[in-house]
Amino acid sequence: MITSRLALAAAEPEDTNPLIPHTPEIVISLIVFGLIFFLLKKLVIPAFEKAYAERTAAIEGGIEEAQAAQKEAKAALDKYNEQLAGARHEAAAIREEAKEQGAQIIAELRAQAQAEAERITSTAHAQVEAERAQVLAQLKGEVGSMATQLAGRIVGESLDDDARQKRTVERFIAELEESAN
Amino acid sequence: MTLALTAFAASAEPPSPGPKDFDLPAVFHFGEFGVTKPMLLVVLSLFVIVGLFSTMARPAAVVPGRMQFAGELVYGFVRNGIARENIGSAEFMRFVPYLFTIFLFVLVNNFYGLFPFLQFPSMSHIGYPLAIAILSWLVYNGAGIKKKGFLGYLKHETVPGGMKGPILLLLVPLEFLSNILLRPITLTLRLFATMFAGHLLLILFSLGGSYLLLHSDNSLALPAGLVSSLLAIAISFLEILIMFLQAYVFTLLSSMYIGEALADEH
Repeated sequence: MITSRLALAAAEPEDTNPLIPHTPEIVISLIVFGLIFFLLKKLVIPAFEKAYAERTAAIEGGIEEAQAAQKEAKAALDKYNEQLAGARHEAAAIREEAKEQGAQIIAELRAQAQAEAERITSTAHAQVEAERAQVLAQLKGEVGSMATQLAGRIVGESLDDDARQKRTVERFIAELEESAN
Repeated sequence: MTLALTAFAASAEPPSPGPKDFDLPAVFHFGEFGVTKPMLLVVLSLFVIVGLFSTMARPAAVVPGRMQFAGELVYGFVRNGIARENIGSAEFMRFVPYLFTIFLFVLVNNFYGLFPFLQFPSMSHIGYPLAIAILSWLVYNGAGIKKKGFLGYLKHETVPGGMKGPILLLLVPLEFLSNILLRPITLTLRLFATMFAGHLLLILFSLGGSYLLLHSDNSLALPAGLVSSLLAIAISFLEILIMFLQAYVFTLLSSMYIGEALADEH
């Protein structure tokens, strides 16, 4: 059976020992391997490597871009924070100044009001004093004549001696003033 | 497993698979030269590999499509997972095309074993793995000699670091044998034998199953035939794994030999 199959299988007499290599197979293997090697090296591997390199560049570029953006954002934040601090400081200074100014204004106004009040008071005093003096003077004259009139009426006769009369009245008034004081 | 064998199995004789099943008749003759199936399959692998991968690589886009992504997965596996790991990031790029070719060449020629209608792993003919093993031997020794000089490289490969005295008389020949002489042979035999044995197992269980189910009069033939057929399917799945694994191992070992030849310390 084996011999018949061998005769059928091999056109040229071949050994069935599978460990004996056939020279044509080695040669074909080398040629095909060489061709595959050459074509892969020329066509396939550069394309894959190019894709790798571009991908790496894209990823690195993306990372760099992100880092730059982050840096920019941080700078902007710092700037805003700085501005904010400046504004706060300024606001505090303004507030302080306003407070000072307010206090000053209040003090000035108070002083003015006090002066005004003093002035009004002194005017009023003076006026009152003047009126009192006027009234007093008027009263002095009137009280003399009224008292004279009254005394004359009571006594029923006119007191002729004007000089005596006058002295009496003046003494009386002086006594009055003295007692008032 | 060929059409001739299937016809043979249909006869009443029980099948007896063996090495003879790997000696296929020439498909056609080219003058005196008989062109066999594995030869055609190996040549076909050229078109499969280059056609497939140049299509996948051509877009070279930053954002890959489905095809490019698949190609990059395989390429990245060999480039980063095998070559860079074992050779080191300084020198590995020089060897990536070579290792990538080994991986694809072995992988495709192994997978032929389970591809419908092709169904023959070319690597089960010892001549094909032998050719790549010789190439790998030339590449790693050449790389080492180029870097360290002939004697420097021989010393690097045969004298283990930190060893002194008479023990070297024993160690140097051993290291020479294992690092220089035997590597191409083990590379060849490992790949050849696993493909050969795997295909033989498939022939055994598929032919045996069909014989037991269709042609045997034994009362136990039916269950035995069912088990045999199921095993043929199970072994097919196992073979898928082994076919990939052998391509990986061949590439891995080649890169390890290169890495070792270029290493500064032993």
